[in-house]
Amino acid sequence: MSYLDLLKLAAPEAIVTLTALVVLVIGLTTSRGTVVAGVSVAMPQRGAVGTAAPTAFCTLVAALGLIIAIEAIVLLPSHANLFHGMLVISPLNSLFQIVCLVLAFFTVLLASREIPNYGEYLAIVLLATIGLLLLVSSEELLMIFIGLELTGLSLYLMTAFDKTDIRSAEAGLKYFLFGSTASAFTLFGLSFIYGMAGTTSLAAISEGLAAQSLSPLLFAGIVMTFVGFAFKIAAAPFHLWAPDAYQGGPVSSAAFIASGSKVASFVVLGKIVLVGFGPVHGSADWHAMVAGWSPVLAVLAAFSILIGNLVALVQTNLRRLLAYSAVAHAGYTLLGIIAGGREGFSATLFYTTIYAFTLIGAFGVVALVRRETGGDDLQNFAGLRARSPMLAGCMAVFMLSLAGLPPLAGFFGKFYLFSAAFRAGANHGLLWLVALALFGSLISLYYYLIVLKVVFQTEAAETRSLSSPAQNGLSRLTIVFAATIVLFLGIAPQFLVARIIAALQ
Amino acid sequence: MIAWTIYITFAGTILLLFLPRAFSRWIALLTTSSTFAISLATFGRQDLDLAHFATIVRVPWVPALGMNYHLAVDGISLTLVLVTSITAVSSVLFSWDVSERPNEFFFWLLLVVGGSFGVFLSADLFLLFVFYELVIVPKYFLIAIWGSTNKEYGAMKLTLYSFFGGALVFIGIIAAYVSSGSLDLNELARFQFTPQLQSWAFPVLFLGFAVLAGIWPLHTWAPTGHVAAPTAGSMLLAGIVMKLGAYGGLRVAMNLFPQGFQMWSNWIAILAVIGIVYAAAVALRQRDLKFVIGYSSVSHMGFVLLGLATANVLGVSGAVLQMFSHGVIGALLFAVAGRMIYRRTHTRDLDQLSLMDLNRALPFAAFVFVIASAASMGIPGFSGFAAEITILIGVWKAFPIAVWITGAGMVLVAAFTLRALKKSFFEGGPAAPSGDVKEFAASPPLMTSPAERSIHLEPITIPEKLGANLLMFSTLAIGIYPNFLLDRIQPAVKAMRFLAR
Repeated sequence: MSYLDLLKLAAPEAIVTLTALVVLVIGLTTSRGTVVAGVSVAMPQRGAVGTAAPTAFCTLVAALGLIIAIEAIVLLPSHANLFHGMLVISPLNSLFQIVCLVLAFFTVLLASREIPNYGEYLAIVLLATIGLLLLVSSEELLMIFIGLELTGLSLYLMTAFDKTDIRSAEAGLKYFLFGSTASAFTLFGLSFIYGMAGTTSLAAISEGLAAQSLSPLLFAGIVMTFVGFAFKIAAAPFHLWAPDAYQGGPVSSAAFIASGSKVASFVVLGKIVLVGFGPVHGSADWHAMVAGWSPVLAVLAAFSILIGNLVALVQTNLRRLLAYSAVAHAGYTLLGIIAGGREGFSATLFYTTIYAFTLIGAFGVVALVRRETGGDDLQNFAGLRARSPMLAGCMAVFMLSLAGLPPLAGFFGKFYLFSAAFRAGANHGLLWLVALALFGSLISLYYYLIVLKVVFQTEAAETRSLSSPAQNGLSRLTIVFAATIVLFLGIAPQFLVARIIAALQ
Repeated sequence: MIAWTIYITFAGTILLLFLPRAFSRWIALLTTSSTFAISLATFGRQDLDLAHFATIVRVPWVPALGMNYHLAVDGISLTLVLVTSITAVSSVLFSWDVSERPNEFFFWLLLVVGGSFGVFLSADLFLLFVFYELVIVPKYFLIAIWGSTNKEYGAMKLTLYSFFGGALVFIGIIAAYVSSGSLDLNELARFQFTPQLQSWAFPVLFLGFAVLAGIWPLHTWAPTGHVAAPTAGSMLLAGIVMKLGAYGGLRVAMNLFPQGFQMWSNWIAILAVIGIVYAAAVALRQRDLKFVIGYSSVSHMGFVLLGLATANVLGVSGAVLQMFSHGVIGALLFAVAGRMIYRRTHTRDLDQLSLMDLNRALPFAAFVFVIASAASMGIPGFSGFAAEITILIGVWKAFPIAVWITGAGMVLVAAFTLRALKKSFFEGGPAAPSGDVKEFAASPPLMTSPAERSIHLEPITIPEKLGANLLMFSTLAIGIYPNFLLDRIQPAVKAMRFLAR
């Protein structure tokens, strides 16, 4: 195979890399000389007028690059396999590469231009996107690990990027320490798996493991591998970084962590357990907890649902609340993987996709409110309905979709997930988990409604406007677009479900 | 054609979002009254097969999971669509004075109405559940924003109870779907579920629906929710939302799991009888007029559940008739209490009302309340009597003892209704007796005394009169000629599988 062919097949990644470099150069050449003065968070001062044009240019280049990358994916051949699974092009991978790119696109549009060194920030967003693309498209342990690390390191940077806020630095450090420990566990686990199976390609691992019984060594390898993924998807008890990272970093970073990183992690986790570990799944049924990865994931899911929902009840900061609800949603989404099979996996993929769009929209609203009122506590959302009925309406769409109410996508997603989980397992053995998840939804409705109560009913003490209307227009458009997607996929879920099911054939 | 009730209502909600507030109530009135016209016109059609749940629309929705946009209608659905549209029209008329954010108010109101039409007409289990859950959140906003007394608590309680019921229904629906592989209600009704599945899926499903129907002991959302809700909200809750639960129990739980139903029908009957007597007894001791009516709703819905539990044609048909009847009467009672009295006097406390001599200040309201109370007590000539007597005949065949206990319950119903009627309208003010001139002169006439204030109450407006007349006419018409509905309900009930033959 010639390098030209390779470059053709890796075109999306190459395009995003190039874009990242271009954005970086633009950022470096234009921001030179701009002194970042001590800017307080509550009153972000507008940068010098001269920086407005270059930042807009950076956004434009980054957005264009992502669009071109999407185009490139559409033009790729539908099946290809490079280097024993290091880079696999299949309908499923392409679909989720597109999803990741769209999410990155939204993140770029939502990113506040008041972030210092804006060009560098966008470049790091794009680097994280490359990591996601690699994660989604590889079916080989080493490449997956490289993807994980590339994404992880970029995300740590993105979290710590707000140099004016000490909480951003704290969140970045916390995220980094937790993340690197989890990565070490995963790498260790993967080395066990490699030792047992003698290969790093997922398909070959599956064959290698089929012959063996579940030895303690293999089980230890599986559990350790999951530590890293549980960290990525913020499943309890590996969720402790999430509240700080969601709250401390720039809003757009949190949005990207909650959406893009999560989608890719679920795709990979699903592939690893369903393809690679397929033969040693065990059973998570209530009467027969047979050892394997199913019971491990079932316990993770149950913990996440309970802890996430219960702790979210007492949050007064919307970003923290979303972080804990993210923990709960990671639990719901795991249900599909535990259920296994094509149906379970497609339910997981559907749910994680719509969840990503919901959260990126919700964080968009948070970003705008933060720009307008200087904070993102619940009380900052008071009177949002009076200030901007449209944003309030979008917020209602996002919150109610998270709660799982029709006609929004979250409702269908939950139905799909829970029916898949109910079907799996002998004699409805996963009923306990479904019941627990429904109980969790009941709790979650309470705190989502509290948010909406503040938005729609509580009157604001005062209204201030600190925002620059031009950029808010773009962010608003993004938010409305996300809300439209959530509503559309709720009314016509077939649009996405059919594609996922076709891709999984 | 009946499917257009759904489309028109949702079109109305979208219009409300985009048109200025001056149009809002007219849009709401136009939408609801056209649904009313449609449902009446459907009653007039002879070519419709109302004995079976006959498909009217069927479009693939999510073919990958076997979901269809599938609507169907039979006599039961049609009856409930009719009562929904009647209640909807009158609740819009009784909210004519809503001045705070009217667009949003009518938006949420129409969502409740449209979702309810959807539930009554769905022939696909998933679609039914979508509409069923769609109704939950609008209620929250209606109460939390436009409500009164303890509104945030009432709204949240009601919403969480509804969602809890929804979660149980969710499990039951998934169980039915996964075991049979179908979501079509007619196909599911023919499917033989294993007795083991039925024995646990039926109670889960039925209880989930019955939460909304106000089954004892999960009824406590109803009084607090009714009290906190704005007038139109209480009317919708009593008139429509509680019917959703009872309808779901009948159409889904009982129809899909007949064996499970047989296993559990005694328990349903017991809970229903307790609900009837208990709620009536509690209502007797309430001081807030809306609490009295709220508990009377629970008591009346107990009759519906009791009728369903009989599993014979009369009992179940009576239950459906009672759903209609209570929808109309409950809405009427709440309209008087919420709009005619509370909006004018700003109190619902029976002791304070008794000082106001409202009979003289608001003669029309007094007249309406007398009619509504009579209908609620089950005086012959009103729909309540027709429905309850049909149910009790059915109950006599199934659970003879229950008739005796509910008989006692009906006395309690009469007692609390008469008490509320007397206290709110006919107790007379302190200045009313003509012999007390001396005492009256002794204390200087304060304009702030309740009796004085009541003279200056705003007169009953025309929309209120229209709404009240519509509801009174409905209960009277069905009371005089119940066969208008029963002739359509009974064939549909006979087609169901669970009947004890």
